[in-house]
Amino acid sequence: MEEDDVKNKVKVVVIGGSAGSLTVLFEVFPTLLPDLKVAIILVLHRKNSADSSLSALFSTKTLIPTKEVEDKDPVLPGNIYLAPADYHLLIEKNLTFSLDYSEKINFSRPSLDVTFESAADVFGPALAAVLLSGANEDGTQGLIAVKNSGGLTIAQKPESAQMPFMPQHAIANMQVDKILDIKEIADFINSLH
Amino acid sequence: MTIEDEEIDLLLNDVFEMYGYDFTSYSRASLKRRIIRLCALDKFPSFAELRYRIRSEEDYLKRFVEEITVNVTEMFRDPSFYKVLRTDILPILGTKPFIRIWHAGCSTGEEVFSMAILLQEANLLKKSLLYATDLNPSVLEKVRKGIFPLTQMKQYSENYIASGGIKDFSTYYTANYGQAKLNQELSEKIIISTHNLVSDGSFNEFDLILCRNVLIYFDKDLQERALKLFDESLGALGFLALGSKETLKFSTIQSRFRQLDKEKIWKKMM
Repeated sequence: MEEDDVKNKVKVVVIGGSAGSLTVLFEVFPTLLPDLKVAIILVLHRKNSADSSLSALFSTKTLIPTKEVEDKDPVLPGNIYLAPADYHLLIEKNLTFSLDYSEKINFSRPSLDVTFESAADVFGPALAAVLLSGANEDGTQGLIAVKNSGGLTIAQKPESAQMPFMPQHAIANMQVDKILDIKEIADFINSLH
Repeated sequence: MTIEDEEIDLLLNDVFEMYGYDFTSYSRASLKRRIIRLCALDKFPSFAELRYRIRSEEDYLKRFVEEITVNVTEMFRDPSFYKVLRTDILPILGTKPFIRIWHAGCSTGEEVFSMAILLQEANLLKKSLLYATDLNPSVLEKVRKGIFPLTQMKQYSENYIASGGIKDFSTYYTANYGQAKLNQELSEKIIISTHNLVSDGSFNEFDLILCRNVLIYFDKDLQERALKLFDESLGALGFLALGSKETLKFSTIQSRFRQLDKEKIWKKMM
């Protein structure tokens, strides 16, 4: 399949990160074109304290509307959605978000696997999933689910990651479609129309 | 294992028709995950086997209900919420001769006991009744016992202090064989009953209803049903408390309620 055909299909980008991923996002966000055509869903491991200041911090890095998800919010293109602390984030077939306070997965809530798998189920080939820096195995099973549903899988180039373990774990356990450094991740998102 | 959405429909239909539990309006994404998880836990080789077991074994239905509903909770979860209850809500409720509180979907009861502690510290427990309800009889058995893992108590003690508690939290329980048994006096005003927000109606009038992190498992229609039920069950100027990411903003009852400044607490205005 042609590179552009793959990109044209993508309507949603889900990005998962753990330790070392914030610096990546702070570098990527200011370079994103403001007329974003897709929805971006961010799932980050962070402290449990229900601290909503992270989405405010992201808002200072980009003109794209950024918000922390509340239950049943719709998934709309042109927005960046952040998974709230201490909930799993899922997506319904009617394109709304659901939250879930069930057991931690991979010692994590939100778990990247949970959101990747749920997004894969709903968006199939219209999904691109990006796995960033981290010191945890979370995200690999999710990327496999994305791949099996026809979506595009991307891992941060381990040499460009503060904590290479997480993307390295995915690369070692599956056939990741693209391995990109930080600038290439930004270029990829900007190329989606 | 992958399960098709149509298979989930079949299963939920079986459960409703044979046993009367209606999960058809639960958030499907979460429910599907729970069902796949249960298949893995109980080692069903295929979805058909799960369905057969549920259809043929009433005892297994009990486990099904326990496992697909989420029963993760903690004492003084979101301490800032409990701080507002302490400083802003209980002083208002305290002016009433009698206080009725409903914990809807209370699961194993950690939040009910947290409330009992707040009431006791405000000297209001004696004139209060706490109704603890859940659809799931086995979690209510845990509320009745008031016994929780001792390993959790450190976290709960930190939450308690962050909520403005000034006592030694360990005075509220007796530790024994890795378990913490909460003081009997905290249980004396707790009334335990099964109640299903999908199918059961209003059963009393309350001054405060807490339903935190329950509505996230419902679709919008079922959320609306539950919120209307809470509206009907609240007295004038009563309070409704939801989870930190739940909202009235999609509901028709919103116009009759006013949200407090910070936390997810609404006051019924008419």
